[in-house]
Amino acid sequence: MSDSNGLLLASLAIAPLAILGIVLLRSRPNWREGVSVLASIALFAVNIGIYHSLQQGATLSWRSGEILPGLRLELAVEPLGALFALIASFLWLVTVVYAVGYMRGHGEQNQTRFYAFFALSIGCVMGVAFSGNLLTLFLFYEMLSLSTWPLVVHAGNDKARHGGRVYLGVLLGTSIVFFLPAIILTWWSTGSLSFVPGGLFPENTDPRLLSALLVLFVFGVGKAAMMPFHRWLPAAMVAPTPVSALLHAVAVVKAGVFSLVKIGVYVFGLDQLAAVDSREWLLYLAGFTLLAASIVAMQKDNLKARLAYSTVSQLAYVTLGVLLAVPDGVTGSGLHIAMHAFGKITLFFCAGAILVASHKTEVSQLRGLGRQMPFTMAAFLLASLSIAGLPPTGGTWSKWFLMLGTLDTGALVLTAALVVSSLLNIVYLTLIPVRAFWRFDGADEAAAPTEVREAPLACCLAIGVTTAICVALFLFPQPLYELVAQIPLGGG
Amino acid sequence: MLSQLPLLPVLLPLLGAPACALLRRPLAAWVFSCAVSVLALAAAIALLAATWQQGVLSYALGGWAAPWGIEYRIDLLNALVLLLVSAMGAAVLLGARASVWREIPEHKRTLFFVAYLLCLAGLLGIAATGDAFNLFVFLEISSLATYALVATGRDRRALVAAYNYLVMGTIGATFILIGIGFVYMLTGTLNMADLAQRLPAVGQSRTAFAAYAFIVVGVCLKLALFPLHLWLPGAYTRAPSIVTVFLAATATKVALYVLIRFSFTVFQVEYSILALPLETVFVVLGVVAVFAGSLVAVFEPDLKRGLAYSSVAQVGYMVIGVGLGTVAGLQASLIHLFNHAIMKGTLFMALAAVVLRLGGSTYAQMQGVGRSMPITTACLLLGGLSLIGVPGTAGFISKWYLVTAAADREQWLLVLLILAGSLLTAVYIWRLVETAYLAPRQSPASIAPRALEAPAGLLAVLVVLALANIYFGLDTRLPVQTAGGAANGLLAAVLP
Amino acid sequence: MDVFSYFNYWVVVVLMMLGFFIVIARGNLVKKLIGLNIFQTSVFILYISAGKVMGGAAPILADGVELYSNPLPHVLILTAIVVGIATTSVGLALVVRIHAAYGTVEEADILEQDATC
Repeated sequence: MSDSNGLLLASLAIAPLAILGIVLLRSRPNWREGVSVLASIALFAVNIGIYHSLQQGATLSWRSGEILPGLRLELAVEPLGALFALIASFLWLVTVVYAVGYMRGHGEQNQTRFYAFFALSIGCVMGVAFSGNLLTLFLFYEMLSLSTWPLVVHAGNDKARHGGRVYLGVLLGTSIVFFLPAIILTWWSTGSLSFVPGGLFPENTDPRLLSALLVLFVFGVGKAAMMPFHRWLPAAMVAPTPVSALLHAVAVVKAGVFSLVKIGVYVFGLDQLAAVDSREWLLYLAGFTLLAASIVAMQKDNLKARLAYSTVSQLAYVTLGVLLAVPDGVTGSGLHIAMHAFGKITLFFCAGAILVASHKTEVSQLRGLGRQMPFTMAAFLLASLSIAGLPPTGGTWSKWFLMLGTLDTGALVLTAALVVSSLLNIVYLTLIPVRAFWRFDGADEAAAPTEVREAPLACCLAIGVTTAICVALFLFPQPLYELVAQIPLGGG
Repeated sequence: MLSQLPLLPVLLPLLGAPACALLRRPLAAWVFSCAVSVLALAAAIALLAATWQQGVLSYALGGWAAPWGIEYRIDLLNALVLLLVSAMGAAVLLGARASVWREIPEHKRTLFFVAYLLCLAGLLGIAATGDAFNLFVFLEISSLATYALVATGRDRRALVAAYNYLVMGTIGATFILIGIGFVYMLTGTLNMADLAQRLPAVGQSRTAFAAYAFIVVGVCLKLALFPLHLWLPGAYTRAPSIVTVFLAATATKVALYVLIRFSFTVFQVEYSILALPLETVFVVLGVVAVFAGSLVAVFEPDLKRGLAYSSVAQVGYMVIGVGLGTVAGLQASLIHLFNHAIMKGTLFMALAAVVLRLGGSTYAQMQGVGRSMPITTACLLLGGLSLIGVPGTAGFISKWYLVTAAADREQWLLVLLILAGSLLTAVYIWRLVETAYLAPRQSPASIAPRALEAPAGLLAVLVVLALANIYFGLDTRLPVQTAGGAANGLLAAVLP
Repeated sequence: MDVFSYFNYWVVVVLMMLGFFIVIARGNLVKKLIGLNIFQTSVFILYISAGKVMGGAAPILADGVELYSNPLPHVLILTAIVVGIATTSVGLALVVRIHAAYGTVEEADILEQDATC
């Protein structure tokens, strides 16, 4: 038992240690990156250890001294958190490998600061994943916002500065004005902030309070990018591509929807959630967000902006899954956190590889690029299929459960919204690699380069790994499914 | 020795001041005043421990028993304020050397420390005495010393700021004097505990109402509650850096103590909060102060002045807590009193280091300071995060209690306004962060030498203060329990 | 109740308003201080009036005297006068310094100089 709790603390301690190493070795880039790689391997190993302890039925937890009377910082491992931590730490490893290739290939400045804050962000993500109550969640949630800001404004120019303002403004703003009062009201009305299977609120809680709280939570977790508080995500795209890939396709945004799932399952409880009046209204808002974001994405020519809006849309899937308040919906949400992570990070890796190898950023410039970068474009194709939810990729399964969830609740409008959005996905994502390989217009024949010129090896390696996992998850989704199925849903 | 304890924190600096004036060499004066203030701090710590164990301590000055003689009466509230003021007083003084040597001409340095000790004695005296008139006298001792301290600023505008402060401060103090005169006429006593017993009998008279009104207005002038805050930005901006740190961390806090003491002990709650519309007045003025102060701070080109306006805003938060008129509200107010002293202490101390090295604190001068003074800027950032109320810092605890207290009263709009105020704070703190870390480095000609951090003494105090922001964000027993005990002691008999 | 039996309180009110008006309305820094002084003095009179007991003698123990005025307000006001003098002297010292620095004691001129520099 005590060993397992040691694992839990180790998963939080690795990032600060890594930062120390990174800063100390700042004058030796190879060693510095070595520290990052080592730390990410160690973190992934620790998280696998935590996963195994969980499978053996151990309860891992840690509590601090009292911060406020009756309120402590608490860490606890539950299936969803273990899943999130596993994905984030594994993708950190992949991203570090990718970042080494990207940052050097692109000649970025201030790389020590970059790797240090990158490690700090991942440390905060571990805190979010293993948080045992709302206070701890909020602490790491805010630290994550703050520690990613230096990464967003990495370029240091006016555009980055503006993006950083929008980024932090929306994230801090929503968390202070909506999330914090929601937490305080929860504490005020129940006297507890712990995550409890089946929810915190007693039967006779004022339904108006629950309605208000749900709205506050959904908007307060700005990282879930529910419209109209989604602007920060496109703004964050000024960051270097590895940041966009890991943080704004996986860690930060998933910390948002992960928090929502956790709040839905452990603070409200599915039974209570199903009875909340404002839930239906929010459900349709999520449906609107996922359609509207897809439509906006279609109009974006900048590749990263298009991917950002696609992320907004996919996050709404997860939010929608929780708000359905049925077991299938939660399963779908949990799976989608994983599936979308692998798909979207691959897409961002590809976008970065294209930038490094051919300095292209706009979708319209990519026609015919398939000949120059066949490997990247093939990976792009598979990942986009995963996002759209088509075989042979893992995304199929999460979409499957989400659809089942909407059918369970009989909300056919939402089923239709999911289908339409998936179709839009195919249009605005899958067509990009298709056009890269088979140019329909036939123009620019002479200008198109024919020799193969891919991104640095490190980048290609990372892309290969994540793409392979996208496909593998179609064939072997059981481990993930079993983990998600362990989420205690209370009476549901 | 122990029986004399309630007097010691006041007596030490009060006697230390003239003794300090005898010292010729400024360095000796500094060392001496440091020793005095540290001793006062030790006495204050002992007092707090004693009040926890024994409850209220009473000390009859000169051996004259309570209603006739002057009584020093220390309950948890007094002890908390005494501890805060003496701790900040000692900390600021310990880090003061480099900054004072830079900003004060040599022949004035000894007298500077004399005035500082007098000011400290006055503030501690206010917090220790149980006699209304004695309180006025100490108020004037601290005020007069403050005028002199502000006027020692390098800029000639410091003189005008000190003059304006003198006029406003004297009007405020005279208002308090009028109010005290009225209650004396009504009851024939000046002892606060005695007043508390006798006032209810005559509480409905117009004289009592006038007395309370005069006292509240007078104290609010000292407290710089919007719209009586006009003296504060000038005085904070123009005063020597060290004086600003000291005033920001202590003076308004002591004024808030006076407000609480008069509202809740002398004129008890039934009268001050329940019978009069003060609840509304305090909450509304507090909210307006939060927004007015923060908005000005957002657009202010000089950070020191911006933070001065931010103090106006933070006073608003404390007054909101008082105006809620509940135990929880008062507790929140006291916790914020404690935490804000630490935050503003950190921020202005960091600015003292910045002014020491860069000669000013405008955003233009501070461009790229994150590179040249990394430790100072990190402390500035910590203080700023605490001011915003980011979890893990002391400011978060303040916000938590204030919002909970407002929720208890089911004032949802107030909850929203309190948090929206934090957002404005985030705006001006982030303006600082962008300036410090993102601004393009200065042109090569003006690049300063690398080793630009302040001297070790100043830096050490600064780092301790900055870490205190985190410490009191995680281990909140001292402020929370003491403030809770004090609030209960004042209100529990009357209110839920 | 005869209005005039409270004449000393009326004097207090008049003096207080006069002093306050001078502080606010006058731009000359010295005159402001004079106004401040008048304002404070009115409060002194208020206290002393309160200490007077009708028919009471000066509070010195003597044979055959039964009724004394209340001595405490006098004592308080002695302290307050000292405070007032200290305030005035600090204020005047500041005015002297301001005059040396700005060459004027008119508030408007000072504001103008600060605005231009």
